[in-house]
Amino acid sequence: MVTVSRSTRLSIANEIDLVRARQEVRVQAQALGFSLVDQTRITTAVSELIRNMMKYAGGGTMDLEAVRNGVRAGLRIICVDKGPGIPDIGLAMKEGYSTSNGLGYGLPGTKRLVDEFDIWSEVGKGTRVTISKWR
Amino acid sequence: MKGQKFPDILRKRKSEILEGWMKRQLSLAGKGTTPDELRKQCVEFLDLLENLMQNGGSLDPNDPKARPIIEFLKELSKDRVLKGFSPTETATFVFSLKEVVLPLLQPLAKNEETFTHEVMPLSILLDQLGLLTFENYIENREEVIARQQLDMAELSTPVVKIWDGILALPLIGTLDSQRTMIVMEKLLQKIVDTAATVAILDITGVPTVDTLVANHIMKTVAATRLLGAEVIITGVSPAIAQTIVHLGVDLSGIMTRATMAEGLKLAIRMTKQQTADERRDGINPLEKGIAAMQPAKGQKGPR
Ligand SMILES: Nc1ncnc2c1ncn2[C@@H]1O[C@H](COP(=O)(O)OP(=O)(O)OP(=O)(O)O)[C@@H](O)[C@H]1O
Ligand SMILES: [Mg+2]
Repeated sequence: MVTVSRSTRLSIANEIDLVRARQEVRVQAQALGFSLVDQTRITTAVSELIRNMMKYAGGGTMDLEAVRNGVRAGLRIICVDKGPGIPDIGLAMKEGYSTSNGLGYGLPGTKRLVDEFDIWSEVGKGTRVTISKWR
Repeated sequence: MKGQKFPDILRKRKSEILEGWMKRQLSLAGKGTTPDELRKQCVEFLDLLENLMQNGGSLDPNDPKARPIIEFLKELSKDRVLKGFSPTETATFVFSLKEVVLPLLQPLAKNEETFTHEVMPLSILLDQLGLLTFENYIENREEVIARQQLDMAELSTPVVKIWDGILALPLIGTLDSQRTMIVMEKLLQKIVDTAATVAILDITGVPTVDTLVANHIMKTVAATRLLGAEVIITGVSPAIAQTIVHLGVDLSGIMTRATMAEGLKLAIRMTKQQTADERRDGINPLEKGIAAMQPAKGQKGPR
């Protein structure tokens, strides 16, 4: 069973929030004893999700949770926005698919950088992406 | 502060104090501190306060007995800075306790002796703790701002000519939006102005290389090549290299080196090679450039 031992919520509206969120994620990943490579992976994954929230939904919130599953410690990050939502998640998860002339590697890349990846989206309601990384 | 009654009162009426204190802070609960978290913080603080008073109530930072409560307030301030609390909201933690505690001491305030030896010192102590929280908040906040400024640093970084035909451009901070575009344009202009053949793009100062940053890098490389020059990316740490690979972004067509020094070595070799080629071909770069333009003209012209 996964328990949450600490939770921080940051609201995301602009680039300063992005910087702050990434720093906070890195600090907490460091505190949990993640390796430098894993710290970089988690921070980069968060950067992708937040950039998406800013670009497509105009912002949202990020919950950063220190979690525990038995003896394993981990970080869970939940990005929620109330933007337009994604009509076809399968397509959005495809490498190279982008509606904004981006590389289209943000979502599929993020999935590869973390241990658990879950995406929910409903057109007109918003998008929620949950990722976890375990030690 | 000997033989005080306050620690007694605190011990006996702790739950009552706790409830009153919590109630005064509920408006803050929505800001990312859950009621449970807040309660935990309050309980811990009351314990620390009780301990402190039993040990004489000095707040001298050199006094080991004062350290736990000072450390606790430091952590609390830091947490609240990160959660976006205002200074007032942060200092309220201690000051609202005073509002709850002082009325309980009313009976002691009526007697001059207990007023001077009990109520006043406690009131002063709580004020000091409140101010300490305030001070910590400012300190933390300044630190956060300084870090952010560094990170968001306006990329006024100059494009420098570090060697004959070689330009260097150290990138700093989050490579976002327009700033990156401005820097890239500057680089391209400088390549034209100085007829440089190699540009070293150092990303040591870029904390996170995500798809957006990678995209900027790729676009810069493509544009530079259109001008007949090459780009070497330096400052790619092993952790960042691995992460880029995991992201799936393909930078394999781009020359990279771990450090600026190695990048420079490679760049010098490249420019030397080029000069050697030109010497062998027996034309100087300008002639070569003109020569390169001739066929184009020739093709367009009548045959
Ligand atoms: N939070 C979101 N709200 C609405 N649409 C989104 C959201 N996140 C992603 N999308 C959609 O999914 C597509 C794919 O996202 P992904 O992050 O993989 O690529 P991208 O953002 O286009 O480019 P990049 O490689 O720079 O991230 C986006 O182009 C966009 O249409
Ligand atoms: Mg994206």
